[in-house]
Amino acid sequence: MPILVKGLKMLQMRNVNAYYGRVQALKGISLHVLPGEIVCLIGANGAGKTTILRSISGLLDVLDGEIRFNGTRLTDLAPDQIVRLGISHVPEGRQLFGPLTVIDNLRLGAYQRYRRSNRSQIQKDIEYVFQLFPLLEARASNLAGTLSGGEQQMLAIGRALMSRPKLLLLDEPSMGLAPMVAREIFEVIKDLREGGTTILLVEQNARMALSLADRGYVLETGKIIIEGPSAELLENREVKRAYLGKGRKGFFE
Amino acid sequence: MGAKNRISLGVLVGGLVLLPLFMRNPYYIGVMVFIGLYSLITIGLSLLMGYAGQISLGHAAFFATGAYTSGILTTKAGFAPVPAFFTAILLTACVAFLIGIPTLRLKGHYLAMATLGFGQIVYIILNASVEFTGGPSGFGEIPRIQLGSILIESQISRYCLVWSLVILVLIFSLNLINSRVGRALRSIHGSELAANAMGVNTSKHKIQVFVLSAIYASMAGSLYAHFVTFISPSSFDLKFSILVVTMVVVGGMSSVWGALVGTFLLGLLPELLRNFRDYDILVYGFVLLLIMVFTPEGLIGLIDRLKGAQEKRSLKAQAKLS
Amino acid sequence: MGGSGILQLIFSGITIGSIYGLVAVGFDIIYNCTGIINFAQGEFVMLGGMIMISLVGAADLPMWISFPIAVFAVTLIGALFERLCIHPLKKPSILTLIIITIAASILFKGGAMFAWGKQTFSLPHFSSERPISIFGATILPQTVWILGFIAVVVLLLAFFFKATMVGKAMRACAANRSAASLVGVNVKEIVLLSFALSAAIGAVAGIIIAPIALMDYERGMILGLKGFSAAVLGGLGNPVGAVVAGFLIGIVEALCAGLLSSHYKDAVALIVLLAVLFIRPSGLFGSLEASRLKKF
Repeated sequence: MPILVKGLKMLQMRNVNAYYGRVQALKGISLHVLPGEIVCLIGANGAGKTTILRSISGLLDVLDGEIRFNGTRLTDLAPDQIVRLGISHVPEGRQLFGPLTVIDNLRLGAYQRYRRSNRSQIQKDIEYVFQLFPLLEARASNLAGTLSGGEQQMLAIGRALMSRPKLLLLDEPSMGLAPMVAREIFEVIKDLREGGTTILLVEQNARMALSLADRGYVLETGKIIIEGPSAELLENREVKRAYLGKGRKGFFE
Repeated sequence: MGAKNRISLGVLVGGLVLLPLFMRNPYYIGVMVFIGLYSLITIGLSLLMGYAGQISLGHAAFFATGAYTSGILTTKAGFAPVPAFFTAILLTACVAFLIGIPTLRLKGHYLAMATLGFGQIVYIILNASVEFTGGPSGFGEIPRIQLGSILIESQISRYCLVWSLVILVLIFSLNLINSRVGRALRSIHGSELAANAMGVNTSKHKIQVFVLSAIYASMAGSLYAHFVTFISPSSFDLKFSILVVTMVVVGGMSSVWGALVGTFLLGLLPELLRNFRDYDILVYGFVLLLIMVFTPEGLIGLIDRLKGAQEKRSLKAQAKLS
Repeated sequence: MGGSGILQLIFSGITIGSIYGLVAVGFDIIYNCTGIINFAQGEFVMLGGMIMISLVGAADLPMWISFPIAVFAVTLIGALFERLCIHPLKKPSILTLIIITIAASILFKGGAMFAWGKQTFSLPHFSSERPISIFGATILPQTVWILGFIAVVVLLLAFFFKATMVGKAMRACAANRSAASLVGVNVKEIVLLSFALSAAIGAVAGIIIAPIALMDYERGMILGLKGFSAAVLGGLGNPVGAVVAGFLIGIVEALCAGLLSSHYKDAVALIVLLAVLFIRPSGLFGSLEASRLKKF
């Protein structure tokens, strides 16, 4: 992993507007991610969190504004070119290749690298993913569609890691998972950060996300309404009222 | 019927009345007769494709049902042409209804293939049941239409008959589009799910339009049989079904007028392509491909788009001035 | 008609059915990658046969050289078609796509008529024409060639899809296109490849059938329709089902022609097509659940 100069912005969005048909999904979004950070996006359903990730990874064309990654403009690039730059997106709902085996899903994660680097490197990375998620190794030759929800999430993260990303976009990794499993996933996310991966995290469970992240942005109907370090947000009255209500106990308490 | 439609209709009728005064050559009047026959079919197809969003690659079958029913009834069962015309409509409507019920449950590619398959089956039957249809060589001596004391034999009398029918069909269709049924149809094209949710019985409306477009095709078929007095399967093959769809698409699926524009253009094209002989099919394919790749909404859509761009420009210019 | 007569019909059904199966596989490959039914699929078969006949007949090249050249030429045509007609489209409707592939099939047909005229051509058999006798029925050596080529194509395809990275990427595209682009698969490249691949398969079908079925510029349409019937009967998007369904349709068709009436032979596949579409659109081998996701 290359050592990155602290303080240089890795990802920067400036005044991004995006539409789904006629509905404006993003209204002038500006945010940044520094190397080595975990940044989380919180907000209600439909606030635009997933849309931000989709516009970064090129799945959604933005109308105007600018998205830069280590200085390179992303706005005109196709998703596969963005992967090559070092961004990997774990989409909402896993989006695995159901009819393919677990190991093939992982190999496809390294699709871009098959033409350039040698296969033993890729094999090593597969072993690394199996180290992170030992459950996957046992199911290596099963079809991805037959995995349990937790295993599918692990595979989705593992597949994304196979492209050796500098920036990992994680969309709702805990969605639909039992608390135990969710905690396991979050442990791995912590490990990844310690390994030097920068992470932009979307999470419904605001307390869990903020307890992990360095900074956060709070979204409402396509706009960023509050931003700041996680500790500050956890104390913010507005955030507390709307997103950290009594019923929303986190798993790290 | 909106003012715009009334004006267009007036222009069309005026043009049709004036045309024979300037164009004395019976050959060209004959070309116009055929464009009229095609128009009957394409008006129905444009209702089906543009308004109900359904495709049919089997309309040659309905055209054939009309032609063969009229032909067989008048030559072998002693019917007069007019009763045969209406019997053909009835029969075609029944066939369309029966085939429409299962077919229109399908969508997109499946619907296209199912209608195409149906058209081919009819084509095979026309060729194979020799004792009724004369097989591949067809049959002739179909009587001409007698309306009162007028025998429809000259090109100009055919011209009057077919275009009167086209105008009637056009008025009926325009009224239909602007009725409750028309709005329901447009909602099907938009989103069938939404239409269903709003309480529109989409499958009923789809079948109604399908049957209506088959009836129009049957009318064209009957007239065709009595005009040329000889029919054989080769006039009712897949190429014909594709040709009428092409006419609708080239003109623009979004309105009946588009279908008419397309029918005129592609109806006149063979006259312009005389030197190409059989290779006109290459030109058809090429025109169709160009239109679909560059302006899928057809020529009418292209004109609308150019107009829209101009309006925007003039709006901008006005904004700058003020 | 005795047992050997029936057997004879079944043999000829298997021969022609294997061609339907190959055409159907071509439909499936493009459908899986793009959701498009390529109405021009049959024209690839016709072009393969016609180009091969020209190379062998007019250019006097040996079969084994002409074969790859013909396949390559049709592959190129398929790829060009995708680049020029499918690639430039922005969010096309299904109606647009249907009409575009129909227009392409008209163009291919017209081009073939321009190049070869309206005559019917035939290709010499790959080896001797002396029939081989099996259980009282006879088969032509060309039938053995056809079945051999089908086996090779199916094995190659199985290897390609199961064991190569590009093949897996194609399956990934079929399973989930946006996810495939997120792992770095260039989806547009895969779409191009799917057109090239199914053109190549169509060309092979056209070449191996040419010696026993005459070829002319109009041959593509009916082969395409029957191939599509096989694809639907096998469950659209299921290549294994397609091959099996191809054999079934071929056999039923041959039996119908031999026992009932040869006039209605060509209607068999179409009636099967309509019956499947009306009764069970997911086909024989498609699961109902998977079919719910498709756009009927």
